[in-house]
Amino acid sequence: MTNLPENTPYAVEMQDIVIRFPGVLANDHVNFTLRKGEIHALLGENGAGKSTLMNVLSGMYQPESGTIRINGEPVSFRSPKGAIASGIGMVHQHFMLVPTLTVTENILLGLNEPKFIMKLATYDKKIQKLQETFGLKVDPTAKIWQLSVGEQQRVEILKTLYRGAEILILDEPTAVLAPQEIDELMETMRTLVSQGKSIIFISHKLNEVQAVADRLTVLRKGKATAEGIDPQGLTRTQLAELMVGRKVIFQVEKVEREPGEVVLEVENLSTTNNRGLPAVRNVSFQIQEGEIFGIAGIAGNGQSELVEAVTGLRPIEGSVRINGTEVGNCSPQKSIRCGLAHIPEDRTGMGTAPNLSITKNIIMKNYAQDPISNGWRIDYLAAHDHAAELKEVYDIQAPTVETMARKLSGGNLQKLILAREISGDPKLIVAMQPTRGLDVGAIEGIQRLLLEQRQKGAAILLISEELEELLMLSDRIAVIFDGELVGEMAASQADLNQIGMMMTGALRSDG
Amino acid sequence: MKFPYKIKFESRTNDVPKWLPLATSLGAVVVAFIISGIVLWLIGGNPFQVYRYFFTASFGSWGAFSDILVKATPLILIGLGCSVAFKMNILNIGAEGQFYIGAFFASMVVLVPIIPLDSPKWLVLTLMALMGILGGALYGFIPGFLKAVFNVNEIITTLMLNYIAIFWNNYWIFGKYSDAGFQMTPTFDKVAWLPRLADLAKDYPFFSGITLHLGVVFGLVAAVLIWVILKRSRWGYEIALIGDNPKAANYAGINIKKNIILVMMLSGALAGLAGMSEVTGVVHRLQERISTNYGFSGVIVAWLAKLNPFAVIPVAILFGALIVAGREIQPSGLSFMIQGTILFLVISSDVFLRYKVRIVRTHQEEMA
Amino acid sequence: MNLEVILRAGLSTGTILIFAAIGEIFAERSGVMNLGVEGMMLIGAMAAFKVSYVTQNAWLGLLAGILAGGILSLAHGLVVISLQADQTVSGLSLTFLGTGLALVIGEGLTGLNTPTIPTVTLPLLSKIPFIGLIFFTDFNLLVYVGYLLIPLSWYFIFKTRPGMHLRAVGEKPSAADSLGISVYGTRYLYTFIGGCLAGLAGATISIAISPGWYSNLTTSGQGWIAIALVIFARWNPYTAALGGYFFGMLRRFTLDLQGPAMILGLRNPFFYDHNLVFFLQMVPFALTIVALVWGSGAARRNRRGTPAALGIPYVRGERGL
Repeated sequence: MTNLPENTPYAVEMQDIVIRFPGVLANDHVNFTLRKGEIHALLGENGAGKSTLMNVLSGMYQPESGTIRINGEPVSFRSPKGAIASGIGMVHQHFMLVPTLTVTENILLGLNEPKFIMKLATYDKKIQKLQETFGLKVDPTAKIWQLSVGEQQRVEILKTLYRGAEILILDEPTAVLAPQEIDELMETMRTLVSQGKSIIFISHKLNEVQAVADRLTVLRKGKATAEGIDPQGLTRTQLAELMVGRKVIFQVEKVEREPGEVVLEVENLSTTNNRGLPAVRNVSFQIQEGEIFGIAGIAGNGQSELVEAVTGLRPIEGSVRINGTEVGNCSPQKSIRCGLAHIPEDRTGMGTAPNLSITKNIIMKNYAQDPISNGWRIDYLAAHDHAAELKEVYDIQAPTVETMARKLSGGNLQKLILAREISGDPKLIVAMQPTRGLDVGAIEGIQRLLLEQRQKGAAILLISEELEELLMLSDRIAVIFDGELVGEMAASQADLNQIGMMMTGALRSDG
Repeated sequence: MKFPYKIKFESRTNDVPKWLPLATSLGAVVVAFIISGIVLWLIGGNPFQVYRYFFTASFGSWGAFSDILVKATPLILIGLGCSVAFKMNILNIGAEGQFYIGAFFASMVVLVPIIPLDSPKWLVLTLMALMGILGGALYGFIPGFLKAVFNVNEIITTLMLNYIAIFWNNYWIFGKYSDAGFQMTPTFDKVAWLPRLADLAKDYPFFSGITLHLGVVFGLVAAVLIWVILKRSRWGYEIALIGDNPKAANYAGINIKKNIILVMMLSGALAGLAGMSEVTGVVHRLQERISTNYGFSGVIVAWLAKLNPFAVIPVAILFGALIVAGREIQPSGLSFMIQGTILFLVISSDVFLRYKVRIVRTHQEEMA
Repeated sequence: MNLEVILRAGLSTGTILIFAAIGEIFAERSGVMNLGVEGMMLIGAMAAFKVSYVTQNAWLGLLAGILAGGILSLAHGLVVISLQADQTVSGLSLTFLGTGLALVIGEGLTGLNTPTIPTVTLPLLSKIPFIGLIFFTDFNLLVYVGYLLIPLSWYFIFKTRPGMHLRAVGEKPSAADSLGISVYGTRYLYTFIGGCLAGLAGATISIAISPGWYSNLTTSGQGWIAIALVIFARWNPYTAALGGYFFGMLRRFTLDLQGPAMILGLRNPFFYDHNLVFFLQMVPFALTIVALVWGSGAARRNRRGTPAALGIPYVRGERGL
C-alpha cells in the first residue's frame, strides 16, 4: 500500500458502462476509477462481469453506452490497438502467448517494428535491458512452451511494458501461481507502482487484496456493489456478502468417518504426456472406502495425466487396481465397470457432448445397461425418464431434457456430470477441479455432494489447485510436483506454508 | 458517412425451430439454381430455356421419371453410406472407389465365374450382392484402418483410393475380361440381371420400356436399416457421441478405433452394393465410367438431407433428375456446377442454424 | 530412360505441385485449411487458358488464372472465416464448385491452341557444367519462378514480421487479436494468397508446362497430392518442394518405364503387357497415401509444426485457442 493522497489524478475513469451479451447484461452501468500510481483491486465471482469490464478497457469489446477517460481525456477504443496506444496493457488470465514463438517474438508481436526483417538478436538485447529495469528475469531467446507458468506471466508483463503501458490490468494473476510465486508477483507489482505505473488487480482472494491493494471495487451480476472502498478492516464475511449477496458458510460440514477397505491401489505408476515426455513418475498411493485423498499442485505438474492414467484413458507403466482388479492399460470401459466415476477437468471438452441432448449426455455411462438398453437397441423412453428424474433430483436448470448440453451454464453442466457419475453409486470417484469456475452457491452444492459420497463409502481422489478446498474436504493430502508425489500428510496436520514449498519443488517430505 | 445498418450474428440461446433445417436446404437448392442461371446467362446461354428443357427431360414422362429413379438408386445407397460416416465426423469421400470395387467384386461372380451360371437366379444375384457389399466394405476398411491406427486424414486417402480403384478396374476390363478389345467386359448372362419392371411388360403393357430395377428396393430397405441403426440402436448412439465429441466418447468407454473402422466399412459396403446394383441392374457388364460421379453426388445428397436417412431418398431423386437432364443439355458441366453450388450453399446456410442473423442499426456512439 | 530426362521432367512438372503446396502452406499457417485446391487449380487452369486464347496473350492469361484461383478461395474464406463453417466440408464443396464452374465456363475450349508462357535458358547459370544443363536450360519461365518462390516463402514465413504475424494467427489467434493483429484480415489475406498460388499452379499446367484444356482431367488429382505434401512436409516450404519435385520425377519415371523392352537385363513386363501400365498409374496415388501415413506418424511424434489453430474458427472472447 502506498497511501496515495485523495487528490491524486485519475489514470482511468469508466462511467456507466453497459455491455450486453445474448441473454445477459454483463455490465450494468458500472463505474470504475483508477488513480495514478495506485493498485486497485477488482473482485467478483466468475461471471460477475470483471473480465468483461476489463475487456472493454482493453478495447476487446465495445460498450453499448458509457464513457471512458484516460488521464482525463475521453477515449473510444475500436480495437485492442487503440487501448494499447493509450498506454493500457492487459495481462490475461489465460496467457495470450504463442507457444511456438520465442519470448522476444511474443513481445514484438503486433508492433510496427522491426520494419520487415526480424533482427531478433538486436531485440533480445533491448528486452534484456527492460527486464533489468523492472526485475523481471526470463531468457528472451527461449520458446514460450519451454517456460514455467510464472515465467510466462513475466513475459506477459514485459509485453505490456515494452509497449509503454502505464496502466496494467492483471486478470487473476495469482490463480495459476504457487504461494511463493505469488509473493514474487506482489513484489513485482510494488516495484511497478513505485516506478509510476498504475495497476488494476483482479482477484477473488481477500488476503491478497489486503496485502497490495489501495482501493477495492466489487462486482456482482454485472453491477458494482462496492466502488473504490478501502480494503483494510474488511472481513472475509463482509467481502463474501458483497460478492455473493448473501451470507456464505465457509465450512461445509464434514463428519468423522473411519475408512474401510482399500478401493484404489496405484503402484509405481508412470506415464507420458501428449508430447511423449514423462509426465507422471513412479507414483504410488492407496485410497480406502470413505476417504478423500487430495492432490495439490500447480497446474501442469502431471495432474491431468495422472487422472487419465488412473481412469484408464492413458497407457501406463506400473499398476492401477480398483477393488483388486487390474485396470491399467485396459479399456476405459473396464474401469467404468469396476465402479469408477470420473468428473473430468474439462467439462465441455471431455465431460459432455455439446450438441447432444441432456438425455443423451446423461446416459453416456449406462446406455448399454438395463433398463436403457436391452441387447442392441436403446429404449429412448426409458432414457428420457431416467434423465428427467436426475434433472429433478440434481436440480439441473434447463427447459427440458431434450435441450442441447451446450446451452447449459457451467454450474448446470457440472451438475449434469455429477448426476451421471454419482447416481450409479460408484466405488471410486476421481474428481479433477470439480468446482473451478463455478459460483459460490454451486461450489457449496458440489462439495456437499462429494462429502455425501464419502459418507456412503466411496473412495475419492480429489485433484484441485484450490488449497483451501483440498484442506477442507480431504482426509489426506499429497503434493504433486513435476510428476512425482513429493509429500503426503493428514489434512488435519497440513501446513499451508509447507505445502506451498512442496508445490514449487523447494521441499519434499520423503527425502 | 457510415452505413447505418449492420448484420449482427447472435448465437442462438433457444433451440432451432424444427422447420428451419428443411427451409435452409430448400433455400440452398433454389439459390443454387438462380446462381447457376446467372453464370449461364453471363457466358451467353439462356437459363430459362435450359431449365425448361431440364424439367421436361427429367419429369416429362413416366419413362423419364423411371430413368430418374434408376439414377437415384445408387445415390440413395451412397448418400446413406455417407450419412452414417458423416454422422461420426468421418468424411468418406471414397464412395466412388468403393462403388467401383463393389461392382468389380460382384462382376467376378459371373466373369470368373465363381458359381456355375446355370445356378438359380436368386442365388447368383444374392451372391453378387454379398460380393459387392464385401468389396465395398474391404475398400472402406483401408482408409478406416489408416485413420484409426495412424490418424491419417481420411479425405485424402479415400480420394487417392478412388483413382486407384478406377485404374484397378481398367486393368481388368482392358486386360483380362475385355470384350473383343473394347474397354468393357462381355454382357453378363441374363441370370445376373436384376429384375426390371420392363420384364413385366408382357402382362402389364404399361411397364414396357420402364427401366426401373430391383436396386431401388435395396435403397429403400437400406434407408430403413440405417434409420434404425442411427436413431434406435446402441451403435447409433455411439456413432452420434463419437461424431459430436470423440474425447467424451472415449471417456464413456467407447472404442473409437473399432467404430471408425466399422463405420467406414458400413459406408463402403453401401457404396459397394450400389456398384453391384448398377452393373446388374443397368449396364449388365463391367465397363469404364459406370459411375457418373455418383460418389461425389452422394456426398452432396447426404449433406443436403442433413444426414437424415429418409430425407436422403427425395434428395437423391432430385439429384437423379439433375443427372438425367445433365446428360442431354449443354454445357455438360452444368449439373456438376449446380451440385457444387448447392453443397456450398448448404454449408454456408448452416450459419442460420447456429446464429440468429439480424440486421440492426449501428450504434450512435460508433457513428460519432 | 535417362536420369537427366527424369530429373528435368521432375523439375518441370513438380513446379505445379510446388505452387499449389506452398499456397496451401500459407493458408494453413494462418489456420485456414483449404481442401479446395483441386477446384482452385482447375478454375485457374481454365481461366488462364480461356483468357490466353481470347486475348492471344499468355501473360494476361496467367494473371487471369491467378486471380480466378484467388477469387474462388475468397468464397471459402467467407464461409469458414466469417460464417465459421466447418473447414473440411467447405473446402470439399469448393472443389465441387470450382470443378463445376470450370467445366461450364470452359465448355468448348478442348482442342484449341493458345499462346503459352515462354521457355527460356538462363544466361550465365546455364553455363555451369552439368548443373546448368539440368537446372537452368530450356525450362518454362515459371519453373524458375518456382525455384525463387521456395526460399522466399520460407524466409517470409520464418524470418519476417508479417511472417511472424501469420504464424501467430495460426498458432494462437486470441494472442494475436489481443495485440491488435486482425485475425480475420490475416486469414482472408493468406487464404487469398493460397488461392492465387493454386490458380497459378493451374495456369502452369494449361498455358505453360502441358498446354491445353482437358476438362477435369487437366489437374487429375494433383490438388489433392499437393495437400498431402503439405502434411508430409510439416508445413515447411523446403520439404514440400522436395516432395513436389519427387512426384514430378515419379510421373515421368512411370511413363518412361513403358519404353524399353529390357531393364537392367530383365524382361520389362510393362513393355510386353501394356495393361500393366494401369498399375504404374496407381503409383503416385498410392505413394501419396504412404507419404501421408509417414507424415501423420511424424505429426504424432512431434506435434510442433502443425499450426495449433488449424481448422478452428476464431470467435473473439471464446475460450480456447
